[in-house]
Amino acid sequence: MKYWRKPLDLETTPLARGRVLVVKDRCKGCEFCVNYCARGVLGMSKHFNRKGYHYPEADPARICVNCRFCEAICPEFAIFSVEDPQT
Amino acid sequence: MNPEPIQAALPCHPQDDLLRTDRIPHIWCSGCGIGIVFNSLITAIKKSGLNQDEVAVVSGIGCTGRMAGYIALDSFHTTHGRAIPFATGLKLARPQGQVIVASGDGDLLAIGGNHFIHAARRNLDLTVICVNNFNYGMTGGQLAPSTPFGAKTTTTPLGSPDEPFNFCALAAACGAVYVARWTALHIRRLTTSLVEAIQKKGFSFVEILAPCPTAFGRRNQIRKPVELLRMYHDRSVVRNDLDPNLAVIDFAGNLVVGKFVDRTRTTFLDNYGLVNRREAPDWLGLEHERLREEKARAGAGQ
Repeated sequence: MKYWRKPLDLETTPLARGRVLVVKDRCKGCEFCVNYCARGVLGMSKHFNRKGYHYPEADPARICVNCRFCEAICPEFAIFSVEDPQT
Repeated sequence: MNPEPIQAALPCHPQDDLLRTDRIPHIWCSGCGIGIVFNSLITAIKKSGLNQDEVAVVSGIGCTGRMAGYIALDSFHTTHGRAIPFATGLKLARPQGQVIVASGDGDLLAIGGNHFIHAARRNLDLTVICVNNFNYGMTGGQLAPSTPFGAKTTTTPLGSPDEPFNFCALAAACGAVYVARWTALHIRRLTTSLVEAIQKKGFSFVEILAPCPTAFGRRNQIRKPVELLRMYHDRSVVRNDLDPNLAVIDFAGNLVVGKFVDRTRTTFLDNYGLVNRREAPDWLGLEHERLREEKARAGAGQ
């Protein structure tokens, strides 16, 4: 991430890590979460769910910071994130 | 970092405890703003720290009216426009409970308009959430009292000839104690506002400008849900504590959002208690008159 000024507590503050979980069959493919993910973690899958919509999936190369905005913006209760226990 | 094995272990969405999950996925279209508002409402109910057995959600007819059917609390789906009368009865029968009315613009302010203004006048302790999508979405996108001047709908293919209501100004003029307006993308502020409205004693009103891509956006050249959501947010300007009469929804200029009114008035139940205990104030000022006469008589006697 780019900073215009390096925060003084950058080394001491642990960065929250999250893991995005998608309830595929609830998704209706509105792409709100993909557009408003602050870290660009999400993208639309090439696969279809049971209702024929493309659903979002997390890019494993990108870092989710567990801001849970996708959870708040999803009108379908189809996506949420949990704290990643590995870090 | 493949999410799938974890999903098997953690299939539960954090809001599932207040959802009737057997009815999800809901009927709202892809990209409808009502889902976001519903999500916010559930978060707000959890955050407000109320006993969930004492919360009831009442809604009328229309897309937003489905909310009562999806929330796993005491809820009732009333007839068209009659959400507030039902909620009034519920509140009078169980004054200790918290009643939330969630409905759309057409239900709440077209067919239910008089109920709305009289509930605000009495200052009943209700929380009214109005999801404003600028048309009657469920029946195919007809003209609603909120449709902006010139906007195309099914019944006005050349553009609406009517001036829309300013719901926030109406609520404030009728005596609501808490009035706020947000777009569906102001999620955090909306949730805070809903918590405040739920905790506020008296008639609190929150209006949300929500995208309706299927019925409203499609006829007005904005088909993509994301574009509609972004447009509402980009054109909005936050003006807290502004006079609601000046808080206009002008698509060519600004959509004024914010918390406009936060004041205190005696509620209907307080006044009703006074009248029932024969403690109602002397509204004609007769007591005052009598005292003055007595004083004058005493003065003449001296």
